[in-house]
Amino acid sequence: MKQPHELREASVIGTSPPRKEGVAKVTGKAVYIDDLPVAGALYGVTVRSRVARGHLRGITYHPGVPWEDFHVVTAADIPGENTIALLEKDQPCLADQRINHPEEAVVLLAHPDRELCERARRLCELHIEPLPTVFDLDESLDGEVRVWGDDNILKQFSIDKGNVAEALATAPIIVEGDYATGAQEQLYIEPQGMVALASPKHGITVWGSLQCPYYVHKALATLFGFPKERVRIIQCETGGGFGGKEEYPSMLAAHAALLAWKARRPVKMIYDRHEDMLATTKRHPSRTRIRSGHDESGKLLALDIDFRLDGGAYMTLSPVVLSRGGLHASGPYHCDHVRIRARAAATNHPPHGAFRGFGAPQSVFAIERHLDKVAAQLGIDGAELRRRNFLAPGQTMATGQVVRDEIDLPELLDRALTMSDYARKRTEFARLNAESASRGTPIRKGIGLASFMHGAGFTGSGERYLASVVAVDATPQGTVRIRASSTEIGQGKDTVFTQIAQDVLGLPSHMIEVVRPDTAEVPDSGPTVASRTVMVVGKLVQSACQELRRKLSEGGLLGESYTPTEFASACDIFHQLGGVLRVESQYQQPTGIEWDDKTYKGDAYATYAWAVYVAEVTVDLTTYETRVDRFWALQDAGKIIHPVMAAGQIEGGVAQGIGFALYEKVVWKEGRMQNAQMTNYIMPTSLDVPDILVEFDDRATRLGTPAAHGPRGAKGIGELPLDGSAPAVASAVQHATGVLCGAVPMTPEDLMQALEAAR
Amino acid sequence: MRLTLTVNGIERTCDVHPLARLLDVLRRDLSLPGTKEGCGEGECGACSVFVDGKLVNSCLVPAMQVAGRDIQTIEGVAPSAELLDRVQEAFLRHGGAQCGICTPGMILAAKALLAEHPQPTMAQVREGLGGNLCRCTGYTKIFESVIAAAALPAIPPSAQPSALEEAKR
Ligand code: FES
Ligand code: FES
Repeated sequence: MKQPHELREASVIGTSPPRKEGVAKVTGKAVYIDDLPVAGALYGVTVRSRVARGHLRGITYHPGVPWEDFHVVTAADIPGENTIALLEKDQPCLADQRINHPEEAVVLLAHPDRELCERARRLCELHIEPLPTVFDLDESLDGEVRVWGDDNILKQFSIDKGNVAEALATAPIIVEGDYATGAQEQLYIEPQGMVALASPKHGITVWGSLQCPYYVHKALATLFGFPKERVRIIQCETGGGFGGKEEYPSMLAAHAALLAWKARRPVKMIYDRHEDMLATTKRHPSRTRIRSGHDESGKLLALDIDFRLDGGAYMTLSPVVLSRGGLHASGPYHCDHVRIRARAAATNHPPHGAFRGFGAPQSVFAIERHLDKVAAQLGIDGAELRRRNFLAPGQTMATGQVVRDEIDLPELLDRALTMSDYARKRTEFARLNAESASRGTPIRKGIGLASFMHGAGFTGSGERYLASVVAVDATPQGTVRIRASSTEIGQGKDTVFTQIAQDVLGLPSHMIEVVRPDTAEVPDSGPTVASRTVMVVGKLVQSACQELRRKLSEGGLLGESYTPTEFASACDIFHQLGGVLRVESQYQQPTGIEWDDKTYKGDAYATYAWAVYVAEVTVDLTTYETRVDRFWALQDAGKIIHPVMAAGQIEGGVAQGIGFALYEKVVWKEGRMQNAQMTNYIMPTSLDVPDILVEFDDRATRLGTPAAHGPRGAKGIGELPLDGSAPAVASAVQHATGVLCGAVPMTPEDLMQALEAAR
Repeated sequence: MRLTLTVNGIERTCDVHPLARLLDVLRRDLSLPGTKEGCGEGECGACSVFVDGKLVNSCLVPAMQVAGRDIQTIEGVAPSAELLDRVQEAFLRHGGAQCGICTPGMILAAKALLAEHPQPTMAQVREGLGGNLCRCTGYTKIFESVIAAAALPAIPPSAQPSALEEAKR
C-alpha cells in the first residue's frame, strides 16, 4: 500500500487505478436486476395497444388461462395520479381512454408462471377504435391531423443574434441544405427490468436497472399519492444506459409497483430484447434546414437554421433535448448574424427520449455536413473552411454567451490534422480515387472531419433548479462514505468519486466507500445524465470532503498532514465526543453565469468540451459498403481524472457514433419498430470498429489556469463523442464518393440510392 | 425432466422443463446468474459458456442436449476466491469492462480465442470476439485486455478450481 505522504504529493488524479466495482464485474458476481433472487416473486407482463391512435372501447380476457389466478391491473387500479411526467402530465402510466402510440401500456398481468403470463398476454384483447394518425415530423408541423395540444408542437423557441435576413440579403454567396438523422436505439446489452415490493405498511420499494433514482422516486410518489418517505428506489448494477434508462425506468417501475400493490407479492418485470426495443425511448429523429451566407473566403456572414425533432406521442424530455440541440446547432463557429428556430413535434411514434448527446448529435451533424457542402461549393478544403470560422475566446456564441473557455481551436485542429496525416491523405486519396474511377475498379478511400463542442452539465438554469446535494460521512473506523444519487452505469463513477475524495483526504482507496444509490441512503444529487457526474457532482464530492477535513481539523483532531491511522483515530474521537461526522455540499451556481429561459440568451452552459474528430473510410462501390478504417478523436475536456476510463468513454461513444452513421436504422411501420431484434437492427461488432486513437488536451491546465467548474479542472466527456463521430464519417464518405451524405444512417442501400441520384 | 450435468467441475442434478434453455437452467435452477441474457436469439454472446471446452451461446442450447456434458461458466473461471484468471486480471487493469453486462461472455470468448491463438494478432482478436457484442467500450479496451492477457502466464491446470473451493464460494 502507498504511504499517505506519497499519496498527497503524487495525487491519484490523472492515474488509472482498476475500477472499484471491477472485480465483481469480471467474476460474474455483480448483481444486475435479473440476477436478484426474489423469493415468491410473480412475473409481470404488459399488454400494449399495438394501434397507433384511437379510443379504447373495451378489454376482453379470452379463455385459455386460469384468469382467476392472475393479478390484473388497469388504469382504474391506480391509487394516485395516472401519469408518468417529467415536464408535463400528458403521459399516462396506463392508457384508459385515449391511445396515442402503438406501445401504449393498457393492462398489466402478474402470475408466478412466466410462460403462462406470456400466454395470457396474447389472450387479452383490446378493442380500440382507430383515429387518424401522423408519423411524419413535417406533416405533424403542418397540423392537419392534431395529435397533441392545439398544434402538435411540444416545444419551440428561437435563438436570435444580429439580423439574419439582412445579412443573407447582402451576402455574396448563399448555400442551402437539408439534413436528417434517424432514430437510434440505445441498445444497452442489459434490457430494462424492475423488481417491486409494495404493502400498505411499508410503502413501495423498487430495485432496478436505472440511471436516475430520484426521477423514479418522484414518479411513484405521484402515482400512488404517497409522501416521499413511503417510496424507496434502489439501483442494481446497471448494464448500460446511454440515456435509455433515464426516463423509461419510471414507467417500468410504476408498472411493477402497481402489480405488487395489487398482488401484495413481490413482482419482477424484465423486458426481453424485443419488447425493450419496441417500447422504450430512442434518439429523436431530426430534420434540419440550413441557409448560410458567406464571403468568397468562406467566412460565415449569416446562419439561418431550422431544427426539427420528432418527439413521439408525449412530451417527456423533448423540450430539453430540443434545447440542447438548438444550442449546439451553430457549432464552434463565430457568426454575427444567427437565427436558430427549433421545434419539437408530436407524432404517434412511442415517445423519443434521451440518448447520449441529447439533441446535439442531430444538430451538430447538420452544421458539420453543411460546412462540407459549403467547402465543396467554394472549392475550399473542409478543414480550412472551419479554421476560418472558429470561435475564439472573447467572441460570442449564438446566445450571446462570451467564450471564456481557454481554447485555441486552430491549434486543436492542427494537432488532429497532424495526428491523422490529413493533408497528405486528402490529396493521395483523391488521386487514388480518380485512378480507380478511370480503371473502373470499385474501391474508394476518403478522409473527413468534424469539429464541435459539447456543453457540460444541465442546460441554462437547469443546475440551479436541481440544486444537487452530496453528503459525506465518516465512520469511527475512518471509512469515508460518499452519498450521491449518481449511478454507476459503466462509466466508472465509483472509481472517479473515490479518486476525487482521495485527492482531498489523502487516504487510500479502500478507506473510501461509495454508497450504492438508494433513496433511503443518498440525497438527491440529480440525475446521471448530461455529462454532469464528474464536473458537477464530482465537484460537490470534492467540496464535501474538504468540509469533512475542515471539521476534523477545526476540532483539533487532525493536523496539516496525517496518516490513515491518524485519520481513523480522529474520526473515532470525534464520534466518542458525540459529534456527527456528516457533511453536505449543495450546488451553488458560480457567479457570472446568466441565462434567460425565455429569450434563450446568455450562458447556456458553464463550460464546454471542444473536439476535432477525423475519420478515414473505404467505400466499396460494388457492395456500397462503407468501412471505417481509422478514427482519431482529439478533445479538450479539461483535466482527465482517470485516463483509461476517459478513453474508454470516447472509444465507446465513437463506436456508437459509427453505428449512428452507417448501420443503425430503425424501420418504422404505422409507428411500430419493424426490426426490434438484434438480428436485424445492426450495431457495430468487434469486426466493424476501426482502430480508434484517442487523445486529450487540457490547454487550460497546460497554461496554469485549470477550468474552474469541475474538480481539478475536469469537465464533462460522456456525451461528447456522439456529437462528432457521425459527421466525421459522413465527411469521409463524401470525400470518397463525392456524394454529400446529408442523412444518416447511410446504409449500403442509402448510399447506392444517393450515388444513383447524383449520377 | 431430470437433468444431470457437470458445471464448473461439480456434478449437478435438477428437474427441468423439457424445452428449457441451458441459459435458464444455469441462471434459475442452478443459481449461477453470472451468465447473462442480452437478446435470447444468439446475437449478443452475453450468454456464452463452454460446453466440453467449446464456446456456445447458452440461450440457443436446449438443456437436455447437454446432459452429462461438462459446462464452464464465468463463475468457474477464477482459480480461487482470492485469485483471478489472467483474462479477468487484464480486463480489470485495461478497462475491458465498463457496465460489465457483456463481460462474462466476453471473458469466456477471450479465453476461447487465447486457447486457439496463444499469441493472437489483432485480426485474430477481432475475429475471436466477433460473436460478442459490447455497447459500452467500442471494443478497443477489450482488444487491449486480450493482448495484455496473452502476455501473462496462463494458470497451470493444477490451479483450476477444485470442487472444495467451488463449494466454499
Ligand atoms: S442472450 Fe444468447 S446470444 Fe444474446
Ligand atoms: S461493458 Fe457494457 S456492454 Fe460491454
